Amino acid sequence: METRAVDLDEHFFRHESGRLVAALTRVFGVHNLALAEDVVQDAFCRALEMWKLRGIPENPSAWLMATARNRAIDALRRERTARTFAPELSRLIESEWTLAPVVHELLGPQALKDDELRMMFSCCHPRLAEPAQVALILHILCGFSMDEVAAAFLSSRAAIEKRITRAKKVLASSKTLFELTAADFTARLSAVHRALYLLFNEGYHGASYESAIRVDLCREAIRLAGVLRRHPLASTPATLALGALMLLHTARLSARLDQAGELHSLFEQDRSQWDTELIAEGRRLLDISATGTELTEYHLEAAIAAVHADAASAEETDWPRIVELYDMLLAIRPSPVVALNRAIALAQQHGPERGLEAIRAIYGLDRLSDYPFYPAALGELELRSGRPELAREHFRAALSLARSPMERRFIERRIAACRDQSD
Amino acid sequence: MSEFLYIYRGGDSAGSSASPEEMQKTMQKWVAWMKELGDQGHLKAIGNPLEPTGKVVKINAKGKAITDGPHAEAKDLVGGYTIVEAKDLDEAAELSKGCPHFETGGFVEVRPIMQINM
Repeated sequence: METRAVDLDEHFFRHESGRLVAALTRVFGVHNLALAEDVVQDAFCRALEMWKLRGIPENPSAWLMATARNRAIDALRRERTARTFAPELSRLIESEWTLAPVVHELLGPQALKDDELRMMFSCCHPRLAEPAQVALILHILCGFSMDEVAAAFLSSRAAIEKRITRAKKVLASSKTLFELTAADFTARLSAVHRALYLLFNEGYHGASYESAIRVDLCREAIRLAGVLRRHPLASTPATLALGALMLLHTARLSARLDQAGELHSLFEQDRSQWDTELIAEGRRLLDISATGTELTEYHLEAAIAAVHADAASAEETDWPRIVELYDMLLAIRPSPVVALNRAIALAQQHGPERGLEAIRAIYGLDRLSDYPFYPAALGELELRSGRPELAREHFRAALSLARSPMERRFIERRIAACRDQSD
Repeated sequence: MSEFLYIYRGGDSAGSSASPEEMQKTMQKWVAWMKELGDQGHLKAIGNPLEPTGKVVKINAKGKAITDGPHAEAKDLVGGYTIVEAKDLDEAAELSKGCPHFETGGFVEVRPIMQINM
């Protein structure tokens, strides 16, 4: 007896969960998000029970959708007297004649296309702080459980649960999913860009030291940026640039964080490990993002990543160009971290003393006081200026700020380098 | 070769609070396990999952009474079954140790299917 072996995408359940919750939420109304989540959870349990014995069906997405649809009809029938649903539905679900056909139509493949996108926009509600938006996106659209979100942010489950529960309340106050034709579409799109950017950064630079989690976060951000890109309304130059920036950075991920979980700075990475296909695709997106008049931070960050991708080594990098791009970035989005990166690039161009000078001149330097790579940068430049003792003090300060064993080991290696040089 | 019934009991997969990712992992372990049984020639019938609901019919003083069932406690509830082929009961029991059902808190009951030798 043979069981059928259909290969599922590695994160199929996670992605289907986001799509289904979004679609059911449109049908039930945003205030019934919890019901939509229950129905989807139930459909997944049935899929699990069935598929684990009978194997994965020919069209698993359709199977899940059909199961969720039947469960949705049951839920509507059960709850129609106790709850109000989406306005377009209220009258139609009262009659058994229209209930099933209407749900079939509302959850048909045609209608489903926009739901994921509309949910993404809904999660970026202006009344929600950015960390809440990101947590909500991870939880609803990426199917992360509370525990998985907590692990991603290196936060406690209780804190994340509070954040998500609060965010859902704000979401529920808006009854329907965000309309893509709404007047504030452009403003909301920027908020979505920002949330996806933060999600990506959490994976790329974040404190979580499990590399699987980091890769997952980067992958999810890339996937959702792709959802934006494939929609004619959302596929703006900024969307394209955001996608470019994610791909160009991800191309370096396996060199930045090696198999053993060791962190490597741009200067010591094995560049043969960089993913040339991702670089090519990132570059293509960056090229087509260069239309229109708006130059966004995503364009500039992607352009910086592209300059790095062009260089065979740190020494052969076009540092003057990078400094120039950082200057433009600082003009659009001033931040001490960007200024610190600019100072490091300047040190490459004009020597470590100029770099140190630039670091001392950073506006809002006190905001870097918890950031381990600030003293680490000072240490690096002092070391290069031939002052290993001073460098070591900076690295020690960095060590006390390290947020993970991975960062700690990285800084310890630098301390060892100071010792080598002073001997 | 003789036939044996694997009865999957208990386990927390139904109605669980597992995340989609965890569910997919569980599911894929089962698919791999079933494939392995099949590849080794032990799989007679993949069987079926059972709904957690049902009715129980019993005779009491008034005749046959129908109640909502099943009456087993959740930890013993039958969730499904599979028919395998093995040399003897020991081998069938040994084989069942690879079942992913144990990882979600369930257990497997192994019962020989009665053979009629004419």
